[in-house]
Amino acid sequence: MKKLINNPDDVVTDALRGIAAAHGGALEVAIDPHYITRADAPVQGKVALVSGGGSGHEPMHGGFVGMGMLDAACPGEVFTSPTPDQMLEATKAVDGGAGVLHIVKNYTGDILNFEMAADLAREEDIEVEAVVIDDDVAVQDSLYTAGRRGVGTTVLAEKICGAAAEERRSLKEVADLCRRVNDGGKSMGMALTSCVVPSAGEPTFELGDDEMEIGIGIHGEPGRERVALEPAAQVVERLAAPILEDLSLSGGDSVLAFVNGMGGTPLIELYIVYSELVKLLGGRDIAIERNLIGPYITSLEMAGCSITLLKLDDELTSLWDAPVNTPGLRWGA
Amino acid sequence: MTVGHDDVVGWIRAFAAVVEDNRAYLTKLDSAIGDADHGSNLHRGFQAVVAKLEGTEENDVGKTLKTVGMTLVSKVGGAGGPLYGTLFMQMGGPLTGKAEVTPQEFAAALESGVKGVQARGKAELEDKTMLDALLPAVDAISSSLATGANLQEALERAAEAAAKGMEATTPMVAKKGRASYLGERSAGHQDPGATSSYLLLKAASDTLSKVA
Repeated sequence: MKKLINNPDDVVTDALRGIAAAHGGALEVAIDPHYITRADAPVQGKVALVSGGGSGHEPMHGGFVGMGMLDAACPGEVFTSPTPDQMLEATKAVDGGAGVLHIVKNYTGDILNFEMAADLAREEDIEVEAVVIDDDVAVQDSLYTAGRRGVGTTVLAEKICGAAAEERRSLKEVADLCRRVNDGGKSMGMALTSCVVPSAGEPTFELGDDEMEIGIGIHGEPGRERVALEPAAQVVERLAAPILEDLSLSGGDSVLAFVNGMGGTPLIELYIVYSELVKLLGGRDIAIERNLIGPYITSLEMAGCSITLLKLDDELTSLWDAPVNTPGLRWGA
Repeated sequence: MTVGHDDVVGWIRAFAAVVEDNRAYLTKLDSAIGDADHGSNLHRGFQAVVAKLEGTEENDVGKTLKTVGMTLVSKVGGAGGPLYGTLFMQMGGPLTGKAEVTPQEFAAALESGVKGVQARGKAELEDKTMLDALLPAVDAISSSLATGANLQEALERAAEAAAKGMEATTPMVAKKGRASYLGERSAGHQDPGATSSYLLLKAASDTLSKVA
């Protein structure tokens, strides 16, 4: 394992100290238990957004704390759900009296820990709603499994719901909006290489030099299939086709296209992917109204990308365009 | 015959030692169908529990069980933390304010804990989870006590029922948790959660049976 770390056990805490040092004016970082809040939290009268999950996906979620996006983020150990005590403390710290929305990615550990935290917060008279993001079309949706994983749409939901909360919409309105974004956003990812979890010290999976994994999860979970490496155009076709089918997008529809880097893939390649996506959607008369390109929901040093398409309407577009000021996303502010 | 505060602490300590001994085994079971952390997560949690119980002057059985649950919730993470945490927190509820409890009270509290796990995890029997060991064990204790068995006999039958339930998970296809993503491929592997739950009941049988 070659990593720029001091000690595998200290990775999350050491990184949080770095975040605190870098963004001290804008963010507050609690070390015991771990959570990050906006420095101006709680914002009175505003619905507060709290998210969290295992670390290793940076900038998600800590990098999305700030005006127009999250009020707090709870980082767990690398690829391990955070615990209810973190979520409870974060929820209490940001509750401005208008209620708190928990945005939860669909993994059993995350769901259970956030449910417990919500129960504990309600016992302290804080109004909490939770919305689960499950947008990964690589996983077959089924009543008999834990369902689809939460991936790229999480970033878009946090931005759009953060903007709605800044408009002082109610907890129910922001939660309903979050469910609408989850319904309209679908993703699929692929990997060229594995990642190495610091505490494990070895690659999570093995992939030959001439192979790629289609449908990979953000923790290196196996995807739909392992196939021989192909040009970017074919890879984009493999990722986008199941999304288009699932969203039943048709000619005349508008989307936000999000090309995400998994951590080890350079921007030059992500732009090649985007260019192929533009061609593919253009051929089907689907308009890309907005785009986001870069590493926003990563999987440590994994090389690869994911594509997320979110069906847009005027309301979602205007909330996407609203000002945001976080370490990871910033415009208009 | 009653179960005192020290007896309950003895059970928890015994289970912590069993988890330590079986850490690699539980993680190996988990690496086959999960994410290879069940042994190390439970071990971390119960080490923290043992440290918390060290030198405690508490003699309220319910409060101590709640402390055990809260400690697990904050230290274990993953799905195991909330599930085992809920088991102990819900078990502590009906026993709050008691320095010693009757076998019937102990059995009823355990049942309340297991119901909490079921509500939290939304799983059923034969979903290939902890409940496949816990639900038969709770039935065995209650029916044994109802038919005149003493606590020792009831706990022995509970441990036997949990062992059978654990073994029965091997051919099952998982319907909950990370193993469910494997679908048919989850069959042929014993469930790590059912295994640790069996070990918890076995520890109860081994330690609480000595209660005079």
